[in-house]
Amino acid sequence: MAFVAAVAKRSSTVRGIKRPSTPYLLLIPGLLWLCLFFIYPLINLASTSTQTPSESGEIGSYVQTFRFANYIDAFSGAREQFTRSIIYALIATLLALAISYPLAYAIAFKSGKWKNLLLVLVVAPFFTSFLLRTIAWKQILGNEGPVVTVLRGLHIIGPQTGLTASAFAVVTGMTYNFLPFMTLPLYASLERIDPRTLEAAGDLYANAITTFRKVTFPLSLPGVVAGTLLTFIPAAGDYINATLLGNPKTKMVGNVIESRFFEIVDYPTAAALSFMLMAAILILVAVYVRRSGTDELV
Amino acid sequence: MRRWISKNLIKIYAFLAFVYLFIPIAYTMAFSFNDAGKSNLTWRGFTFKNWQNPCGAPEVCSALGNSLKIGFIATLIATILGTMIAFALGRHRFKGRSTVNLLIFLPMATPEIVLGASLLAMFLNLGINPGFWPTVIAHVMFCISFVVVTVKARIASLDPKLEEAAMDLYASEVETFRRVTFPLVMPGIFGAALLAFSLSFDDFIITNFNSGTLTTFPKFVYVSSARGIPAQANVIGSLMFLLALGIVLAGQLVSSRKNRV
Repeated sequence: MAFVAAVAKRSSTVRGIKRPSTPYLLLIPGLLWLCLFFIYPLINLASTSTQTPSESGEIGSYVQTFRFANYIDAFSGAREQFTRSIIYALIATLLALAISYPLAYAIAFKSGKWKNLLLVLVVAPFFTSFLLRTIAWKQILGNEGPVVTVLRGLHIIGPQTGLTASAFAVVTGMTYNFLPFMTLPLYASLERIDPRTLEAAGDLYANAITTFRKVTFPLSLPGVVAGTLLTFIPAAGDYINATLLGNPKTKMVGNVIESRFFEIVDYPTAAALSFMLMAAILILVAVYVRRSGTDELV
Repeated sequence: MRRWISKNLIKIYAFLAFVYLFIPIAYTMAFSFNDAGKSNLTWRGFTFKNWQNPCGAPEVCSALGNSLKIGFIATLIATILGTMIAFALGRHRFKGRSTVNLLIFLPMATPEIVLGASLLAMFLNLGINPGFWPTVIAHVMFCISFVVVTVKARIASLDPKLEEAAMDLYASEVETFRRVTFPLVMPGIFGAALLAFSLSFDDFIITNFNSGTLTTFPKFVYVSSARGIPAQANVIGSLMFLLALGIVLAGQLVSSRKNRV
């Protein structure tokens, strides 16, 4: 489980000065790739975001006019989907935290020799395709699925009420699909806690709740921060769950970007929305990381 | 009884969480045995015929082939490039470290849709048509960062005394690297490659933007979800699940054997 360690650990040993050119030779190919296919496209997208349709009127042809009002137009056209993306992603992140924390805690402290096997089992469901898992949720929550049958049988929901094609189904799918991004960092930070610190708290007459509140939880905070970020970021940009499990009223900002790109061929609006999504995420991340007082991310 | 429950509350909770995790997998596997006909959304009867003929549905296997090809090439390139960066970061002191760390972190913090859209916009501007190679390029790009963090963590966890011991025994720098450092980092590189492959194989959003008319396995599932996914897709999904689980469990077994010696 190298990834587990990768999320929470930070390289601490930097040793040995060898030939001064060696690190640069090692870095150049990979960094060049990232500059050409990550940084440059972003700059290019920034330039696209302020373009306007060319005079020829040809579909998909745009010229640079530095029209920053594109951002205002794009936002006012997709305000609803934007807010929805952030809210859905927040709910899914909190649910994932509520499911993952006890699970990670149990694996870290209560599993004994089964630890590694259980860890594999946490990741295993995600070896099937993301899309097949989402479709499976469509079946589970569908009208002939077990959840609706039980709820209808208990008269919790009416005989006509369904669960699919709803905000509930979208958030359920999102919570499930990004769960390992939450569980693994949580586990990594819980596992590093020395059980003796918990015993010490008990020796000092702290009850179980106080021990958790004052010792365990603060020590696991880096994992909580890493996990919530790794869940929130992909959830906010996701549009697959909204497409497969939602209805037209659950569309997210990802759906708008996609349809602007492919259906309407409106590149500037798609670009402006992409940047606003990225900016919103980076601002939320920066505020959150500062407030929680950890910068241990990479 | 109440005492037992409160004492084992956390274990009961964990058990329920595992049930929750595996319900969709059970569904995917069960419906690979469905005598589906056109739509595989409702249960119609048990059959082995999907497993006997996994390529029976049109396009399933060509889509799978494309995904495997893209996955192998992208994994190979990303693992090599990412491992080189990880060694530079983990074993060398140089100017601009924090910039490099930021450049590695940023792609992981960028929503996939932004990565996909920006690359496609660039390809279109350059007059390059989306397709196989643009998809490979995109996959290498988002896999590199994950390879770097995985391999870097392995390098950081090595005991420096092992390398010092090799040097004390008059091994040259190159020999130490070749016979001590690299073999010790190898499991990390292997893990990184597996991670890269699974990220590439399962990617939909970035692929959807950059692959044009080329169909990959996730794209096939997405496109056919409107008119009903053939049960053969569930067969392939189940097979991938069992294969990956097998590889990981075998890896665990090997490493626990080694630790015992």
